[in-house]
Amino acid sequence: MELNNTLNPVIKFITIFFLLPILLLSCEDAEKKKVNAEEMEVRDSGIAELTPPPFVPKPVGNRPPKKLVINMEVIEKEMEMSNGVTYLYWTFDGTVPGSFIRTRVGDEIEFHLKNHPDSKLPHNIDLHAVNGPGGGAEASFVAPGKEAVFTFKALNPGLYVYHCATAPVAMHVANGMYGLILVEPAGGLPPVDKEYYIMQGDFYTEGETNEPGLQNFDIQKAIDEEPEYVVFNGKVGALTGEGAITAEVGETVRLYVGNGGPNMISSFHVIGEIFDKVYLEGGDMINENVGTTIIPAGGAAIVEMKVEVPGEYILVDHALFRAFNKGTLGILEVEGPSNNNVFGGKIAENDYNPGTSAEGTDDSGMPSEPIIELSKSEKMAQGEKIYTQRCLACHQATGAGVPNAFPPLASADFLNADAKRAIKTVKHGLRGEITVNGQTYNGIMPPQNLSDEEIASVLTYIYNNWGNNKTEVTTQMVRENR
Amino acid sequence: MKPITYFLLSVIFSLKVYCQTDSMVVIKGGKFLPLYGTSSEVDVTNFKMDVYPVTNADFLKFVKSNPQWKKSEVKGIFSDEDYLEYWEKDENFGKNRFPNSPVTNVSWFAAKSYCECMGKRLPTVNEWEYVAMSNAEVKDARQNEAYNKTILSWYETPSTYKNIVGNGTKNYWGVYDLFGMVWEWTYDFNSVMVSANSKDNNLYCDAGTFTTSDLMNYAAFMRYAFRSSLEGKFTIKNLGFRCVQDI
Repeated sequence: MELNNTLNPVIKFITIFFLLPILLLSCEDAEKKKVNAEEMEVRDSGIAELTPPPFVPKPVGNRPPKKLVINMEVIEKEMEMSNGVTYLYWTFDGTVPGSFIRTRVGDEIEFHLKNHPDSKLPHNIDLHAVNGPGGGAEASFVAPGKEAVFTFKALNPGLYVYHCATAPVAMHVANGMYGLILVEPAGGLPPVDKEYYIMQGDFYTEGETNEPGLQNFDIQKAIDEEPEYVVFNGKVGALTGEGAITAEVGETVRLYVGNGGPNMISSFHVIGEIFDKVYLEGGDMINENVGTTIIPAGGAAIVEMKVEVPGEYILVDHALFRAFNKGTLGILEVEGPSNNNVFGGKIAENDYNPGTSAEGTDDSGMPSEPIIELSKSEKMAQGEKIYTQRCLACHQATGAGVPNAFPPLASADFLNADAKRAIKTVKHGLRGEITVNGQTYNGIMPPQNLSDEEIASVLTYIYNNWGNNKTEVTTQMVRENR
Repeated sequence: MKPITYFLLSVIFSLKVYCQTDSMVVIKGGKFLPLYGTSSEVDVTNFKMDVYPVTNADFLKFVKSNPQWKKSEVKGIFSDEDYLEYWEKDENFGKNRFPNSPVTNVSWFAAKSYCECMGKRLPTVNEWEYVAMSNAEVKDARQNEAYNKTILSWYETPSTYKNIVGNGTKNYWGVYDLFGMVWEWTYDFNSVMVSANSKDNNLYCDAGTFTTSDLMNYAAFMRYAFRSSLEGKFTIKNLGFRCVQDI
């Protein structure tokens, strides 16, 4: 005790005279950094490289701050939302999301916002990377056929959303007016092998999901926050098939992920991968070893992952009905030698029969209800509905499937060869490698919880469409083969 | 009659020759509450309004007799460089528009001058909004869902400036094309102006906190936002005008 008592003042002394200055110093450091950004001088000037999604401009590397001229154009135009569905998007540079802007701390930005003469509406831009009123919204307000120019200095490093902020703001955002601006720190972000630009958004159409034709904006659904589409990069399938992003085994992939909203928060996940690093909300704080990260509406995150094993990695909003029913699916295709050390794949398949039923009763016997047989036209009508709800998200409205991910049903040899197998597939699902029209697929189709009548209808619908062999599947066939 | 009377009559007559008098309808005034600019109801007195927006054919006649408003003659302080941008020549509005399509790419100064030439004037924002709140059946349809959807859908239809006037639905007053064709100049378009210094600026992000979710405000927001983006010399592809007259 005595010792403690004598030591205490000493400790206090040490604290005050040694630690406090360190604390003060570190505060000063932080303050200095910001002041420095404000006072950084620019010598060179140049025009910013802007890229459409999913690409990003070259890293800033070691270049000093400079005057950066950004030319961006607002274009209102009709584009595809989904197969056979179009929408009048309001865009920055003709894409949703708008062009990716890459700059660095200390850059002086001269922003030229042009509004195409064909535009119906005035627009503007609010960049979350700006320190100033409205993020530039008022300074950039521009009528159709005009150009507004404003300047700002990039002070805070990070990944930021930009969006249109003209009344009614939510509607301008709902129509696709958002994008990302990256402000790199001095010296740039650490280099990686691949970088991509992905942005989620929710859309509100008058027609239900996948109702074909040009769809108008539905303000009531937007107010009720009931989107018909939740997608990556502006449309269903922007990042699948031809649009899939790619990497080689062993590479580190960095994704700049934003969320335009206007309403939905994204639970961003890559199936089969772990984010080695997440720059939370696009800021300085780095979290490591993350499965799913949250990206708020109007916010962003930078995620990095080293890809060790070849294959297809599915990007999703892990609010999964959005992914499978409303469009938030993307594919990261990784090529290279397999790596059994990291992923051994399936090495055995065994029977498992504990001899009891989980539900306590054994219902595996034949049901005794009478068979209901619908007419073919009734089956076609019912089948179309079921197809739209259960099958279309993967196999697509035209039965074309998604290359390398979901096999086609249109003119599909695998399907036409064996109706009994088709029945079993719908009832019990299917996993493992199959070959359809010469292409191999190795995925999982989940079992569908449908009645025998419903299976007969949906298969009859599929067999009597898209060049298939017009088999009429009966409820009796389903019952015998399920 | 005295010579002076002949002279006056001939002046009036010549005005009628050079300036077309379009069909107009009487708008019976009343009180209403606009979305912006006031928190109380405003009075609109009786007036007459053009049934259709001013067309290319109308404007061609106007510039022929008022050469200072020809494409090549217009003064820089009264118009920007896109004045009558689609016109091929001073007296030819080009192949891509119909004579009875609305004239666009005209400045506020030009529109005002046209109306004055006709013995008319540009409508005020309140007058325009008062007439525009009607549908085919009632004077004030602003709470009507179909009315609002029709307006909103125009924003999603490209190139409506190429359409022919009078093809839409006649509204309660007998006026055509207030929606679905082009924006229209108003006399005091910038009276509810968004200034860069204004702190209570409802046309920007504050709109999100505006205490209403009425559909009507979404459509109206866009009109007020559009007007506030304008300057008197601006000429825009989707912006035309019509005139009104005091009774």
